[in-house]
Amino acid sequence: MKQWVLAMAVVLLGACSSPVRLDKVPVEDKSGSAVTATDTSGADSGAVGAGKVATLDLGKSRNDSAMDSTTRVIYFDYDSYTIRPEFQPVIEAHAKYLRANATRKVVLEGHTDERGGREYNLALGQKRSEAVRKALVLLGVPESQLEAVSFGKEKPVALGSDEESMAKNRRAEISYR
Amino acid sequence: MQRFVRGDNCRPMIKALSFLFLVCLHSLAQAQFRIEVTGVGLTQVPVAIAAFKGEDPLPQKVSSVVQADLERSGQFRAIDTAGFQMDETTRPDFSIWRQKNSDALVSGSVTRLADGRFDVRMHVWDVVRGQDLGGQSKAVVAADLRLAAHQIADFVYEKLTGDKGIFSTRIAYVTKRGQNFNLWVADADGENAQSALSSSEPIISPAWSPGGNQLAYVTFEARKPEIYVHEVASAKRRLVASFKGSNSAPAWAPDGHTLAVTLSRDGGSQLYLLDLSAARPEPRRLAQSASIDTEPTFTADGQTIYFVSDRGGSPQIYKVSTAGGSPERVTFTGNYNISPSLSPDGRWLAYISRVSGAFKLYIMELSSGTVSALTDTQADEKPSFSPNSKMLIYATQQQGKEALMTTTLDGKIKARLAGQNGDIREPNWGPFQK
Repeated sequence: MKQWVLAMAVVLLGACSSPVRLDKVPVEDKSGSAVTATDTSGADSGAVGAGKVATLDLGKSRNDSAMDSTTRVIYFDYDSYTIRPEFQPVIEAHAKYLRANATRKVVLEGHTDERGGREYNLALGQKRSEAVRKALVLLGVPESQLEAVSFGKEKPVALGSDEESMAKNRRAEISYR
Repeated sequence: MQRFVRGDNCRPMIKALSFLFLVCLHSLAQAQFRIEVTGVGLTQVPVAIAAFKGEDPLPQKVSSVVQADLERSGQFRAIDTAGFQMDETTRPDFSIWRQKNSDALVSGSVTRLADGRFDVRMHVWDVVRGQDLGGQSKAVVAADLRLAAHQIADFVYEKLTGDKGIFSTRIAYVTKRGQNFNLWVADADGENAQSALSSSEPIISPAWSPGGNQLAYVTFEARKPEIYVHEVASAKRRLVASFKGSNSAPAWAPDGHTLAVTLSRDGGSQLYLLDLSAARPEPRRLAQSASIDTEPTFTADGQTIYFVSDRGGSPQIYKVSTAGGSPERVTFTGNYNISPSLSPDGRWLAYISRVSGAFKLYIMELSSGTVSALTDTQADEKPSFSPNSKMLIYATQQQGKEALMTTTLDGKIKARLAGQNGDIREPNWGPFQK
């Protein structure tokens, strides 16, 4: 695990994250955060490493350098399952890493905002995670390294019902396992 | 106040406050439905339910439980019985009850037996015709006094309406308190809630097996949605769907061993059937589309599945034969119709429709296709029919808080499950108790 964290840090030039407690992810405008390699072999981790979570805040970072850094969160427009062009570099960086590290597996986790039914949102979140899966496959990542799943509206990162919060929840997370 | 808190004098007060706190906690753990009558049904039967002889010292007043059950059904209106003392052996003076405009009279008694159990007896009378409609008696332990009362309500309901009562059935639902999720099993009035599953990850889509002894549900404890089947009495459970991708939306076939589920293992959310009698159930694909197919639900004869699909561009309810064939669209009004629930008698389809940004409970009479809205709330979810097809339970939000409601099919009589702390959701109404 430590080995991989270091490799990821090199490959992705810093911005790394840990899929701990999705509901408690601090939303920060980070253009790159330090990776602290710690033991994450705990039963519930399934994590890439501890340390700060680099989550893009679209409200602030549309034009700043955060767009250049690699993150693991891809945001979607309302009722949309298309990866916006600004996230293509994110997908490409992960594709590059996964092609170079054939033993690594990622789970793509789709999420929706709070509106609508739980099961239907689960299916909508699945559309988001599968959009990311297909984009990675197009870039040459074998299907065997990928699994697309959905949390629907069950794991919001922002708890408000305003549009800004809901935009943060319409996302797909790339989670290394 | 500060002085009190620091001083020795405060000890009794702290004790008293802790006691009050415990009392509060205890009352919060109770989850009784509060009846909110939002309209008056013209066909409500006036019924007099006299206090049961010997029930006064009991924590559960049998007659109050019976009365609340009957009122919640929307089909009865309680007549004041204060001052009348009688039991099941009393031959009523019908002229008195006719004067009080009561159509029926229920009387009874609760007697403590030598072995500590309670003998609960009751009788019901048709006041209009002056007829004896019969009675029953049952010896129960103290913990089953509520159940005995619900069974009395079922007896009265059936005698007076001709339909089976649902008061002794059970419901399942999910609560969220902080990051703790619980799957509960409770009496149909929300009382006597017992936790079947506790998890730090979400639980959704509980579904009672036709036998009423198992729940299928979706958990995220493996950081992806998987389907379990859980035996309620023993808490023994079996992981039945953990295929690659998402596994969700379990629905029981009436045969009690087939589940319809939504899987994404072959890409997209698609419908499959799982035969649980196999050691390792292998999914059989039910329908195929390039779009979302989910939320399957069986008709009572098991021949047809209603489900949600966005194959036409927006989510609508469709139906398809379990033998295969092409799906047929069922909902045509609006551009977002989800969460179908079929009444066991096959007459009604309840579902959630998005109307001007609000999510509202609708009901469709299947023979005519006529639809009507049942609520004035904005965030309704997950309707589920009572086993006698006369009521619905559903989740909604009131004053920004999640709530569970029951409603009659005309939307006129609603009751709210109050008292549960935190968010409450995902109701599912169990079958008649065998």
